[in-house]
Amino acid sequence: MKPYSLFSLLRNSVAYHQNWQQAWRSPEPQKHYDIVIIGGGGHGLATAYYLAKECGIRNVAVLEKGWIGGGNTGRNTTIVRSNYLLDESAGIYEHSMKLWEGLSQDLNFNVMFSQRGLLHLAHSVHDMQEIGRRGNAIHLNGIDSEFLTPAQIKEMVPLINLDCRYPIMGGLLQRRGGTARHDAVAWGYARAADALGVDIIQNCHVEGFDIQQNEVKAIRTSRGTITADKVGCVVAGHSSVLAEMAGFRLPLESVPLQALVSEPVKPVLDCVIMSNGIHVYVSQSDKGELVVGAGSDAYNSYSQRGSFDQIEHVVGPLVELFPIFSRLRMLRQWGGIVDVTVDRSPILSKTPVNNLFFNCGWGTGGFKCTPGSGHLFAHSLASGDMHPKAAPFSINRFNTGALVDEGAAAAVAH
Amino acid sequence: MLLIDCPWCGERDQTEFSAHGEAHIARPQNTAELSDEEWGDYVFFRKNIKGIHYERWVHDFGCRRWFNAIRDTASDQIFATYKPSDAVPDITAADKASES
Repeated sequence: MKPYSLFSLLRNSVAYHQNWQQAWRSPEPQKHYDIVIIGGGGHGLATAYYLAKECGIRNVAVLEKGWIGGGNTGRNTTIVRSNYLLDESAGIYEHSMKLWEGLSQDLNFNVMFSQRGLLHLAHSVHDMQEIGRRGNAIHLNGIDSEFLTPAQIKEMVPLINLDCRYPIMGGLLQRRGGTARHDAVAWGYARAADALGVDIIQNCHVEGFDIQQNEVKAIRTSRGTITADKVGCVVAGHSSVLAEMAGFRLPLESVPLQALVSEPVKPVLDCVIMSNGIHVYVSQSDKGELVVGAGSDAYNSYSQRGSFDQIEHVVGPLVELFPIFSRLRMLRQWGGIVDVTVDRSPILSKTPVNNLFFNCGWGTGGFKCTPGSGHLFAHSLASGDMHPKAAPFSINRFNTGALVDEGAAAAVAH
Repeated sequence: MLLIDCPWCGERDQTEFSAHGEAHIARPQNTAELSDEEWGDYVFFRKNIKGIHYERWVHDFGCRRWFNAIRDTASDQIFATYKPSDAVPDITAADKASES
């Protein structure tokens, strides 16, 4: 693979961009791989990349039902943060944040990671107590967090309406939080993994597992049977469907989560705004569109369509906070299927079937942990034992009771 | 937006209802003898099925009564709703018709 550089950009510009090499191959699947990753989203591709780069395992395949970037990786609201309450969460999300901070250079692909700051608003005494507790917990874990007064918020975001129906009483700011371009994350990991020898097999639908003596031996796919020493499933909303094929259940419920974007406008908002209290989060993309996240539907569904009332519930608070946005038209709206656990923390775990590992349960907020999840899952797959930072997120916690009950993930920001 | 046929009140807008997950899960009788494994399975583990799902709903902003629904989670099509005391309807015929 030829690296991208200023020189390659200049050279291809004068050649009318006709000679860019393919970003990744489309190989035929081999009969056997050391490790097969099911799911070619960000988390799966990152897993494959770190397996090849850091664990020295390059005989790896990523099986993707559709195409790279066509699933939830391309459907989220691109927010990155690590301002979680609990130590286990701080461990995994901050691990991810540190990987984000060098990711573009590491992948030789501009993922447009922008640490523009993430401001969490408080609208009530209860909200103030919540951010007080969480902000101090974050601080004790060595992660940046600052409390802002309403006056400081107004100075930072002049358009905001402090005196809205539920007036803003304060805010919690993580300056290192921000956004990244979601498509570029998938493409960057795919290209870098492919360059290290990983086979990315698109349009490959998994139809079942061959399990002998409680050990996974092979995967039956729409493109033939593939044997593997170990298998990692990273399929988000469809995790329960794959678990059923392997003969066990997961503590997950799949629901639609919606987002919408406005028509593009000139720069008006240079940080990410979140509010759990009135339930809205919004940022402005580099293209100029406002990216607005809605809530998830309260019933199980794989339909990839959310209900209209959820849109109303997010647009109302949005125009309360920013009355100027009431004149904007919304261009697109979509839904993705997210796999939600009861404690709103992910599952990175061994399963009842030997050599079959699951990375799922990221629910409504998996994008921010794409690098961290892939990194920890790769090391766990390679060694056969869960990485210490991933160990608290075992599936066993639902039987032992050691839940990672993460309120900071449960509400609104993704 | 779903149109839901409450077995007590008739067809109403989905925003009047709330969903409460998989139906027909009976609380174990021998609770004193359950292992952690069995308790965890009963409380947290679900089929989360893609396809025909038997689920519980409450008509919060209507009669406030519980009922069950049979819905295809892939298409959101509702095949039947029935009172908790009713026998589970056989939807095989309706299911086949929707697939053809």
